[in-house]
Amino acid sequence: MGRFWSLLFLMVPILGVGLFVLAIAGTELPGLSLRDHWLPENINDGGYIIDDLFNFIMYLTGAIFIATGIALFWFLWKYDAAKNPNPVKFVHGSHTFEVVWSLLPAATLLFIAIFQMDAWANHKMRRPILGPGPDGIEHTADDELKPAMVEVTGRQFEWRIRYAGADGKFDTPDDLHTVNDLHVPVDEDIVIAIKSQDVLHSFFLPNLRLKQDVVPGMKQFVWFHANRTGTFDIVCAELCGWGHYKMRGQISVESRENFDAWFQDEFKEQGRTQLEPSEDEE
Amino acid sequence: MSSTTADSHGQTIDQDHSDRLSISAFIGTYVFSRDHKIIGLQFLFSTLLWFLVGGLLALGIRLQLAWPWEGMPIIGKMLFSAEGGQISPEFYTTLFTMHATVMIFFVIIPILAGAFGNYLIPLMIGADDMAFPTLNMLSYWFMWPAFIFIGMSFFEAPYGAGGGWTSYPTLSVVPEAAPGSESAQTLWLLGVTCVGISSMMGSVNYLTTIIQMRAPGMTMFRLPLTIWSMFITAVLQAFALPVLTAAGVMQLTDRIIGTGFFVPEGLIVNNSAPATGGGQPLLWQHLFWFYSHPAVYIMILPAMGMVSDIIACFSRKPIFGYKPMVYSLCGIAGFGFIVWGHHMFVSGMNPYLGMTFMVSTMMIALPSAVKTFNWLGTIWGGKIQFTTPMLFSLSFVSMFVIGGLSGIFMAATPVDIFIHDTYFIVAHFHYVLFAGTAMAVFGAIYFWFPKMFGRMMNEWWGKVHFFFTFLFLNGTFYPMHILGAVGFPRRLADPYHYETFSHLQPMNQFMTLCAIGMVAVQVIFAANFILSIFMGRPVGRNPWGANGLEWSAPSPPGHGNFDFQPIVYRGPYDYGSPEVDADFYPQIQPPPEGAQVAEEANS
Repeated sequence: MGRFWSLLFLMVPILGVGLFVLAIAGTELPGLSLRDHWLPENINDGGYIIDDLFNFIMYLTGAIFIATGIALFWFLWKYDAAKNPNPVKFVHGSHTFEVVWSLLPAATLLFIAIFQMDAWANHKMRRPILGPGPDGIEHTADDELKPAMVEVTGRQFEWRIRYAGADGKFDTPDDLHTVNDLHVPVDEDIVIAIKSQDVLHSFFLPNLRLKQDVVPGMKQFVWFHANRTGTFDIVCAELCGWGHYKMRGQISVESRENFDAWFQDEFKEQGRTQLEPSEDEE
Repeated sequence: MSSTTADSHGQTIDQDHSDRLSISAFIGTYVFSRDHKIIGLQFLFSTLLWFLVGGLLALGIRLQLAWPWEGMPIIGKMLFSAEGGQISPEFYTTLFTMHATVMIFFVIIPILAGAFGNYLIPLMIGADDMAFPTLNMLSYWFMWPAFIFIGMSFFEAPYGAGGGWTSYPTLSVVPEAAPGSESAQTLWLLGVTCVGISSMMGSVNYLTTIIQMRAPGMTMFRLPLTIWSMFITAVLQAFALPVLTAAGVMQLTDRIIGTGFFVPEGLIVNNSAPATGGGQPLLWQHLFWFYSHPAVYIMILPAMGMVSDIIACFSRKPIFGYKPMVYSLCGIAGFGFIVWGHHMFVSGMNPYLGMTFMVSTMMIALPSAVKTFNWLGTIWGGKIQFTTPMLFSLSFVSMFVIGGLSGIFMAATPVDIFIHDTYFIVAHFHYVLFAGTAMAVFGAIYFWFPKMFGRMMNEWWGKVHFFFTFLFLNGTFYPMHILGAVGFPRRLADPYHYETFSHLQPMNQFMTLCAIGMVAVQVIFAANFILSIFMGRPVGRNPWGANGLEWSAPSPPGHGNFDFQPIVYRGPYDYGSPEVDADFYPQIQPPPEGAQVAEEANS
C-alpha cells in the first residue's frame, strides 16, 4: 500500500498545479467550463502591478509547492518500510541544512516584502496631486493634493453617491446625488472620498483592483486611473448586516463627453424631481 | 479491588474500582473529575460533538452557495416554515457566524489544548497529574456556560448572532444594525468570554505543570515536541487572552450600558438614537486581532507538535533538527504577537503601518518553512510505516504547505487589496485549520486512542476514512483559490447577482457536493471511534513501538498514571539507534554500559 499512498501524495502538486493552469487558460471542456475563472479584466493603470505581483508570488510559491510535493512523494516512495531494505539513517539533523533553509527563505521573504512596497505606496499613500506646492518639488509634504470629484457613502444596503459639481465643492447647490450609480470619465486620475453612514462596508471595485473598508466616523480617499470604458460592479466586501449580499452598485467608465452629458442630464432630472437636493444627507 | 495512590500534593486518596459504585463516586470520578485524563476525555467527547454541529452548519452555508434560495431539503420546511424552507439572508449570516464560532472556540482550541493538552502533558512528562487538578476541572466546566450561551444565541428568536465570528463594530454594537439579533449578540459575547476564562485556567495549569512536574531526567530539551508546542501555546494564551477578554467586556458595556469605546459620536444606524460615544470601530479590530492572531497559532502549534511525534515514530527515525523545531515554535510565537495588523491592511488603518506588518508577516513564514523542511528531513532515510495516524500526519505536511504558501499572497499588501475578504482567504485558513489542524487531530486520535482506551481503532476503516476525507477536503477547499482569484467575496448569501461572479455557480455546486461527501464519510470515523472503545483489539502499553513516556504507562493509565517512578535517560526520538537492537529506544530504558559517552555526543 505504500506505493498507493505515495502516489496519492504525488497527485497533490499535479492536480493542484493542473487546476491553476486550466483556470488561467480558461479551458472549456465538455461538462467543465473554466472560462473567466481567473483574475477579472483589469482596467486601472495602477492595477497591472497588482496582477504582476500576484503572478510573481504565484510562480515563486508554485515552484516551492512542486518541489516539496515531489520531495514528499519521493521520500515516501523510496523509504517505504515494506520496500526499503536499508537501515534507517540515524541522524538528528544537519547544521548546514538548517542554516541554508533558514537563510534562503528569509532572504526571499524579505525581498518579496520590500518588492511590494512601491505598489502599496502608489495605491494607498501617493494620492494624485494637482501641483508641487510652494516648494516646487513634487511628492513632498506640501503637495497640492487633487480634491475628490465624488463622494461615496456606504449605508445599509446601498452606495449613496454625491458629485461636487462644477465648483468642485460639496454641500453646494450644484451637487449631484445618485444611488448605486457611479460614473467617471476615462483616462483621468479620479479621486473618490469614501465614508460610511452606519456600519463597516468595503468599497470593492474588482476590475480596478481597488478595495478599501469604509469606517463610520472616518473619511478616506481612494484613487485610480481607468483606461477603458464600460460598466463594472461595485461590490461590498465587508459584512454589513443581513442585506450585505445585495449591496451592489455599478461604475460606468465613460469618455469625458459622455460623462459630461450624463452629468447634465442627471442634474436637470434632479432639479425636476427634487426641490431640495441634499434632502437627507447626513 | 481498591488501590491507594498519592496525588500530586502527597495526600493519599482512596479510589474505589469496585462494582459498588455509588452515584456520588460516579459523579466524582467521571463528571466532576480532577483527573487530567478524564478531563481530557471530557474535552474530547464534547469537542467531537461540536465538530459535528460545526460541520452541519458548514453544509448549510454550502447549500446556500450552490443553490441559493432553493431551500434546504427535508429539514428546511421544519426549520424555516415562514420562509418556505429557504435559508433567509438573516439566517445565512447566523450560519457562518456560528460555523466559525463553533469550529474555533468549541472545536479546534479546546480539542488541541483541552483534550490533547490535558491528556498528554502529565503522561508525556512523567507526572501523576496536573499541578492544579481543581483548576483543571474548572477549566472544563467553564466551557459549559459557553456552550449554553452560544447555544442560546443560536436559537435566540428570530435570528441568532450575525456579526461574523470577528464581531466587528458597529454592526455588532448597535442593536438596530442587525434587527433580530439584539440579545443574541450579547449572549455570543458572554459565551466567548467564558471560553476565554476556560483557556486561561488551562494555560496557567499547563505552564506550571510543564515547568515544575517533569520526571527526573526530563530536561526541557528532552521534552517531546508535542509538549513544547503545548507549552508555547499556553504562553500565547496566557499573554494574549486578557486582551480579548477586556475587549469583549468593552463591547458588552457598549451594548448594554451605552459606553462608547467602538462607536463614533453621532452615529445613527437604522433610526437608532444618535450615539454619544466618540469611540473608534478600528480599536476593536486591533484588540480583537491582538488576541486572535496569536490564536491562529494556538490553533496550529499543538497540531505541529503532535504531527512531529507521529512522523518520527512511523519513520522509525529521529526527528530531524529537534532544536530548530523548538526554536521555530518559539519564533512563530514571538512573531505571532507583531503581525495582527495583516488582518487590517484595507481596514482603514494607517497604510504606513501596513508596510511594517507586511514585513513581520512575511518573516513569520520562515519558521513555518523551517518546520516543513525538517519534517521532510525526518521522513528522508527512514523506514516508513503507512499507518492511519501516519497518513493523517503526512497529509498535514502536504496540506500545510498549501495553506502556508497561500498566506504569502495575502501578506503582500498590494495583492491583498484585491484578494482581501474573498474566497482566497477562506481557502487559506481552511487549508491551515481543516486540512492542517483537523487532519492532525484525526491522526492524533488514531495514534493515542490505544493509550486512552486500551484498544486499537480499526486500521482498515481508518485508512478508508483518511482516503475519502483527503479527497473530499481538496475537492471542497482547493477550488476556493480559483474563486478568490476572480474576487468572489466571502459572507455573501447570493453572490451570483454580481455580473463578475454570476458564472461561478457550477464550481460552487461541485464544492458543495464534495463538502457533503466529506461530512458523510465522518460517519465511518464516528462508528470506528465508538465501536473501538468497546470492541477494538485490546493492546498492551506500547502498541506502536514508540519512545515517549506515555507509552510506558498502562493502557489506559490508572489514577496517578505510572505504576513505577519514571526516570528519563534520553530524548523521545531515538528511533533506530545503533545502541539497541530494537528500532526504538524508550525514554525510560537505561543505556547499556559504556554508552553514556555516545549519548552525550548526540545531544
